[in-house]
Amino acid sequence: MNVLAFTFLVWAGSLVAGFLGALTGLGGGVVLVPLLTIFFHVDLRYAIGASLVSVIATSSGSAAAYVKEGFSNIRIGMFLEIATTFGALLGAYLTAKVPANAIAIIFGIVLMYSAYVSRRTRPRNNVEQPPDPLATKLKMNGSFPDTSGMRNYNVYRVPAGFGIMYIAGTLSGLLGIGSGALKVVAMDQAMKIPFKVSTTTSNFMIGVTAAASAGIYLSRGYIDPSLAMPVMIGVLIGSLMGTRVLVKTQTKLLRLVFSGVIVLLGLQMIFKGITGGL
Amino acid sequence: MSIKLRWRPQLDDERVEALIANLLRAGVVIAALVVIAGAIPYLGAHPRAHVSFRTYSSEPDDLKTVHGILQFAFTGHARGVIQLGLLLLIATPIARVAFSAVAFAIEGDRMYLGFTLIVLAVLLYSLFGSFLIA
Repeated sequence: MNVLAFTFLVWAGSLVAGFLGALTGLGGGVVLVPLLTIFFHVDLRYAIGASLVSVIATSSGSAAAYVKEGFSNIRIGMFLEIATTFGALLGAYLTAKVPANAIAIIFGIVLMYSAYVSRRTRPRNNVEQPPDPLATKLKMNGSFPDTSGMRNYNVYRVPAGFGIMYIAGTLSGLLGIGSGALKVVAMDQAMKIPFKVSTTTSNFMIGVTAAASAGIYLSRGYIDPSLAMPVMIGVLIGSLMGTRVLVKTQTKLLRLVFSGVIVLLGLQMIFKGITGGL
Repeated sequence: MSIKLRWRPQLDDERVEALIANLLRAGVVIAALVVIAGAIPYLGAHPRAHVSFRTYSSEPDDLKTVHGILQFAFTGHARGVIQLGLLLLIATPIARVAFSAVAFAIEGDRMYLGFTLIVLAVLLYSLFGSFLIA
């Protein structure tokens, strides 16, 4: 393929990936690496390098829109970033040690898990529990705008959330993704943070997590400008479009949209990993 | 919006978040413009050349280190300029964390200042220090 055609097609694919990623709060990276490796035959290391760069663009670019809505919680984000950035360092180091086929299989499993998590309907515990002492000490409890004005929420199980965030950071560094799905699990499921607060705070954290492994990727030569350029520009434009839709769309529908595509890509990555097709 | 008028305990945090959001947006816009500035001469130079990323061979030093990228970009190499844009993009969340540290310091929140400095140290280590053991 020539430079012009390759750049345009990668750009167009990244635009779609960024749009869907922002729409679901899962980030563009989760479909980007399969897209680049399966359809464009890009080496896995270049793919995760370009993906990680685009993840920073997605997160940073859409943060402005989220913050205006008043959903994200900066203290929760900053505290949990300690876990994700240390995890991201570990993940970035593991990328050089783990064989590409094993990474592809792990990637496939993470994709399937993302789809499972986003499809699962959770019983929402509406009974008011007393505030958690640790979360209170860490000043994490907050409020967000709901249909009926401001709604207060309490945060629970901080150590469990922190532990899951470390794993999310490791996967982010290993796979070049934002690990949005697992970040949302840590906050929404483990820490009982409302879904919209979880997704937007997760988005806020993704850029910082990705930056922690991007430096290492850069020094290792995983980030190629000719590939990362169309990916970054495409994902950025796509995610800005997706963010505009997010605030207006129901979360239930969001979770449905993406899961089918993700399952198929996950299966494909596992298959490629096993057969050595990457 | 009547809800905006109601008193909220996190008012200071929200103002900081709004500032941070603008910082992030500015960083991304500048990074994207630099990437595009490099992309135009890159695409114009050899539009019909064959391109493939099927096999991995680590990038040259000009595209791997902060120093190398700056030098390569400012000597007018299109791919260097793109890489400089990507470097600015990577620097954006780092600037955001640094800004948060200042904001927590001004608020007098020493606990969160501490958390933020830990995160900042990890990020700076990744960008500048990883060559120490790589």
